[in-house]
Amino acid sequence: MLVRANVNGEWRETDVWPGSSLLYLLREHLALPGSKNACEQGECGSCSVWLDGELVCACLVLAAQAHERDVRTVEGLAAGDALHPVQEAFVEAGAVQCGFCTPGFIVAVTDLLEQEPEPTEVVVREALSGNLCRCTGYEKILEAVRVASDRLRIREDEL
Amino acid sequence: MDVFLPATLDEALDAAAAHPEVVPIAGGTDVMVELNMDRGRPETLMDVSRLPELREIRREDGSLFLGAGVTYTRIMRELPELTALVQASRSVGSPQIRNRGTVGGNLGTASPAGDALPVLAAWDADIFLGRAGGSTRSVRWDEFLKGVKQTSLEPGELILGARWHVPSGPGSFSKIGTRNAMVIAVASVCLQVDEPSRSIRVALGSVAPTVVRAREAETVAAQAFEDAGAWDDPRADPGDEAIGPFGELVAEAASPIDDVRGTASYRKRAVSVLARRALGWALADRRAGAAA
Repeated sequence: MLVRANVNGEWRETDVWPGSSLLYLLREHLALPGSKNACEQGECGSCSVWLDGELVCACLVLAAQAHERDVRTVEGLAAGDALHPVQEAFVEAGAVQCGFCTPGFIVAVTDLLEQEPEPTEVVVREALSGNLCRCTGYEKILEAVRVASDRLRIREDEL
Repeated sequence: MDVFLPATLDEALDAAAAHPEVVPIAGGTDVMVELNMDRGRPETLMDVSRLPELREIRREDGSLFLGAGVTYTRIMRELPELTALVQASRSVGSPQIRNRGTVGGNLGTASPAGDALPVLAAWDADIFLGRAGGSTRSVRWDEFLKGVKQTSLEPGELILGARWHVPSGPGSFSKIGTRNAMVIAVASVCLQVDEPSRSIRVALGSVAPTVVRAREAETVAAQAFEDAGAWDDPRADPGDEAIGPFGELVAEAASPIDDVRGTASYRKRAVSVLARRALGWALADRRAGAAA
């Protein structure tokens, strides 16, 4: 079936098997492999994207449910070669090891900081409870959130 | 395979009438897992997440109607006064899951581990079911939930939502699992005190084929309140002895199984401990309310 969605600001149309997930549509039809395919049951968060501005697991969205809607993926965060401040913070804090969970974390952290620019650690932990990382032990990821929060707020002040 | 994308409830009900086998999908937290794992391949799916009628929350004369499509995130944001339901909602999955998952999905899937279900049971919710032509029927929660993943939903019907009389008094939801997030309940308890009816309701999740009420335990606890004069004076202490059998009676209401998440005996013990704690919290809340 034909599904048309606004993906990262651009209307895209593609013909998918009706049972496909949004994740499959993004990765296999639109060549956007940033959202990772791991558990396929909403447990790991590595396919986190925004659907109409809401943080969701793309594997649990039927592709057809994104028809005529807005989808924003990790690929939409960087402005050309300039990384998004959350991406910079992950690099700087060394919050990346194998990197597989990283795009999902980047999206979830960005979502959190858009809603709550200065979250407490408890709030961060709860906000990231749907994203699994098997390498880092999470400490560096929490550090990256602090760095990103500081940096985003400094940018706000400068504007 | 076909997917319907109705824009209104009427269109959805017409589609359900024409295709009684249709599988509605809202948050997809159950249906998509079946599809992704290739455990089931429905002939027709219907996206009900865009239906504005199912996203409604209506306050009606002491009652509240919650549309089947209201997500757990919205419950947490928009209904903070419904303590037990908010606590249950917050224990669902993760932010990603709560942004999509709906109470209608919990009802449709009818897993005894559905986190909203003990709350609906403790509040004696009626479940509203619609079919084409505008005819709607309502059934009480225990007539709706028939067994593990079995409901009294008939072909051609869609779950419209749930309605209950809003209780007045302290209530809580608690749940046992291996971590705080992303947990399917090993055991869960909703306890609700309703001051006007002088009743205490206790509903248990994940310890029987459906959510169940611990009716005897409820009666014993309410009587202990009565005997101590605690209904009239929240500072009056019913005392440990009067409350004593409460936990055991809660455990007796459970008929759990051994499975990968826990043993039957652990689950009985767990609901008994959770319910006693919940009663203690309710007593403390009432005392604090009286002191304020």
